[in-house]
Amino acid sequence: MVIKHKNIFETENAWSNADKLLLCLDTGSWRTERPVLDQAKCNYCGLCALYCPPQCMLDKGDHFESNLAYCKGCGICAHECPRGALTMVPEREFDNEG
Amino acid sequence: MKAKKGTVRVITGNAAAAYAAMLCRPDVATSYPITPMSEVAEQLSTFRAEGVMNAEMVEVEGENSAMNVVAAASIAGGRTFTATSSWGLVYMYDALLQAAGFRAPVVMAIANRETPGILAVSSGQQDIIATRDSGWIQIIVENCQEILDQIIMAFRLAEDYDIQLPVMVNYDGFYLSYLSEAVAIPAIEDVDKFLDPLKMQPQRPKLQPGVPLGCGTHGIEIGFMELRYKHCQALQRALKKVDAIDAEFKEFFGRSYGGQIEEYRTEDAEIIILTSGGAAGTTRAVVDAKRAEGVKVGLVKLRLFRPFPEERLVQALKGKKAIGVIDRSVAYGWNGGPIYTELRMLSPKIGFVPILSYIDGLANMDITIPHIERVINEVNAAAKGKSYQEVTWIPLEE
Repeated sequence: MVIKHKNIFETENAWSNADKLLLCLDTGSWRTERPVLDQAKCNYCGLCALYCPPQCMLDKGDHFESNLAYCKGCGICAHECPRGALTMVPEREFDNEG
Repeated sequence: MKAKKGTVRVITGNAAAAYAAMLCRPDVATSYPITPMSEVAEQLSTFRAEGVMNAEMVEVEGENSAMNVVAAASIAGGRTFTATSSWGLVYMYDALLQAAGFRAPVVMAIANRETPGILAVSSGQQDIIATRDSGWIQIIVENCQEILDQIIMAFRLAEDYDIQLPVMVNYDGFYLSYLSEAVAIPAIEDVDKFLDPLKMQPQRPKLQPGVPLGCGTHGIEIGFMELRYKHCQALQRALKKVDAIDAEFKEFFGRSYGGQIEEYRTEDAEIIILTSGGAAGTTRAVVDAKRAEGVKVGLVKLRLFRPFPEERLVQALKGKKAIGVIDRSVAYGWNGGPIYTELRMLSPKIGFVPILSYIDGLANMDITIPHIERVINEVNAAAKGKSYQEVTWIPLEE
């Protein structure tokens, strides 16, 4: 048997790491909406990062930004933000894939 | 380099399992007691109370939790041990599959007992069969010394970087769990030395605070197939690894069990009895008696049940004239025992000779010397061309 498949997982089992050291599933491609931040409203409380299911919020020092390579567009960050600083915007309004 | 002579103590099979675990310095050793393995949990608690063992012991509310605790501790990088039996084993079934899929190198002792359906607090190997497709490595041992030695070897196997799989060490419940035998208990420093090679190998990933790692990630489509393939390949690699670890154990501690299978007087044998566990001990004595009568019979003791030792069995059985298989369990949906049905798959490689299936010893029915004599007589007659009955439930014909 000749295996042509190039491994997705570097490890023996299903380990993953958002820093790309291990497996990263391309979950960003599932997204139909993306969170857009109004930085004027953000007070850097970190609740969006705490609630993010794939834990893909990046700490930018004074605010958090979603890593669009993994963000599935679930909208939980926008829902949880107490200041309404995050808005879910449909993907069709963007030229880039994030 | 050789190990020091161990301290010889008369202990039960359960105590031997607990001693072995303690000697391997587990980080977490948690189990939920069930007949006939409760003594393993009791003995481990005693070791902990006496300060002989430092392992974390979590008070779990059932076997399912026990397996989840040890699997989680294992992916956090710990050395883990648990023990169970029958009902307990099937109660943790989902966690069992999870541990194997997570490639968590848990070592588990199982005092084999009949499974649910017909209430039976008695010996039988049906729990091995109920979990044969769980992706674990399954090893079956024969006596108290082998329980202790095999559990030590199981840690070497499970935690090997090329394997990374959980291992079950099976011994007959009641017969071996409560049997007191003289067991040589190695010095803990020698066990440390035997396990030392595990420190030299690359380290597997582990969950740790502050490092955002995920284990058990969603494996989609091709990623899922990749992981399943890796798991199956690791099981195949375990075959030779079991032999290699056994050879190393022999070199260091002076005891050997043959690795995947143990062959006894097979070289010039014309017929073979294939069995596993405690029944192999009785069979060995009957083989000697029959040899004295001039019957060229040998014994193959199946030690590794998963992965199935195809190559070694073909080598041992090729050219033999007939084979009798004694199973202490049934293969639902097949006419015949589980080891028998699996052996039949090797017929094209072994040669199409008569293979006779014997079901015996369910629910504490003894597999006796007369039973095995009968098996040898019938297999011998089949080898000489006489017609034979393919499947026999021995006690039901008496």
